[in-house]
Amino acid sequence: MAETTRRTGLYDLHVELGARMVPFAGWQMPVQYPVGVMAEHLHTRGKAGLFDVSHMGQVLVVPGDGGMPAAAAALETLIPADVTGLAPGRQRYGLFTNDAGGILDDLMFANRGDHFLLVVNAACAEQDIAHLRTLPGVRVTPVIDRGLLALQGPQAEVALARLVPGVTAMRFMDSQVHDWDGVELWVSRSGYTGEDGFEISVPEARLEAFARALLDQPEVAPIGLGARDSLRLEAGMPLYGHDMDVGVTPAAAGLGWSIPKVRRADGARAGGFPGADVILPELGSPATTRRGLRPEGRAPIREGVPIFAGPEGGAAIGTVSSGGFGPSVGAPVAMVRLPADIADGATVFAELRGKRLPATVCTLPFISPTFKR
Amino acid sequence: MLKYTEDHEWLRAEGDEIVVGITKHASEQLGDVVFIELPEDGREVEAGEEVVVIESVKAASDITAPVAGTITAVNAALADAPGDVNGDPMAAWFFRLKPSDAGAMDGFMDEEAYKALVG
Repeated sequence: MAETTRRTGLYDLHVELGARMVPFAGWQMPVQYPVGVMAEHLHTRGKAGLFDVSHMGQVLVVPGDGGMPAAAAALETLIPADVTGLAPGRQRYGLFTNDAGGILDDLMFANRGDHFLLVVNAACAEQDIAHLRTLPGVRVTPVIDRGLLALQGPQAEVALARLVPGVTAMRFMDSQVHDWDGVELWVSRSGYTGEDGFEISVPEARLEAFARALLDQPEVAPIGLGARDSLRLEAGMPLYGHDMDVGVTPAAAGLGWSIPKVRRADGARAGGFPGADVILPELGSPATTRRGLRPEGRAPIREGVPIFAGPEGGAAIGTVSSGGFGPSVGAPVAMVRLPADIADGATVFAELRGKRLPATVCTLPFISPTFKR
Repeated sequence: MLKYTEDHEWLRAEGDEIVVGITKHASEQLGDVVFIELPEDGREVEAGEEVVVIESVKAASDITAPVAGTITAVNAALADAPGDVNGDPMAAWFFRLKPSDAGAMDGFMDEEAYKALVG
């Protein structure tokens, strides 16, 4: 069955910049530009990279008569996070869970004063919107007339501030409205690279103009999905559909931290979300959890590679969920869910092309994040 | 004499041996090469047998023996500097092969035919 792939508002710009376009989650997206994944990755860590993430779903959740408290309480029935305690102008990370304790999607949600703005994964957007529409007393409105950009890297602030001076005052996970040339930008100080940076929602009609204005800054280069993946992998950030899915609980995904005390057992608003009876008891002592892996040697250990406790025999103790070469680490890196009793520093074995290659278990991330807190 | 395979390898005849590498087109398609596993010196190979593993930032690929024969040398320096494949693919040779049959280079594409293939 042929699937139609959608184009973001920057499709023509990507082609003009020489991008290699690939289908991704139903969209035509740039996987890399002519300089290649390695150079794009290092540029982002050294200066500032511009990513088109317009494929991601932006969704408004607008309160009804109950106002923001009721809307927050409604969202808390789907998301095991502290939505109620989120101040206006602030954003948090959260999960949609199901009754079996699995993860339906991960998302960012921001309190924008009189409504919430959610950003969800492209592949899950339709399902998430249907899920949100089961909530009583709120209006769920997909944002269809805006693109989304991410500007990431140590020089993201100085580059963006030339166009939008107000962003310098923003802290990590702030969510604010700013003006550029009469255009209303929805800006959050966040990202998916482990670097300081911003995610910027721009009206479709001015998306390309704003992207070009950013690319005109000397620090900024366009970055494709290839480097986005290696950047988030080094930063220890999970990717939905790979490092977590409906079959993985928050604790096993290494995302227990996203569930605050107030929603845990004995918290003021304990439970009350799908799968709480499975998810909460597991938080303190998960059987498996997501770990880092540093393969010895140079061979990348990719998604799907089985991991064993010993150099021969035995059953696999895990399967790599994300892996590849880490350009900033200068070596291969991987993520894998492993039994919790395996200590950091332990040697395990990745079976690649019929050989078992040693790899060291480590904590995540592989690089130190540089968020502006 | 320089010939090309449909798998985007270049073959250079040197005496009674063939030196094998990959083309610029192949290196561009692969992207940044980060790992290369070379065959053992002296290994006897069949035509089409996978002899080199080449991993880029994106994916793993194989390089096959273009003809049957014996591996007579490998470029061990390349394993330590896999990025050289992107830098100068025509210089970054992988292995030398002594073909089992004379005339092994016959039937592969010349430069003109290869250029027509990759456009």
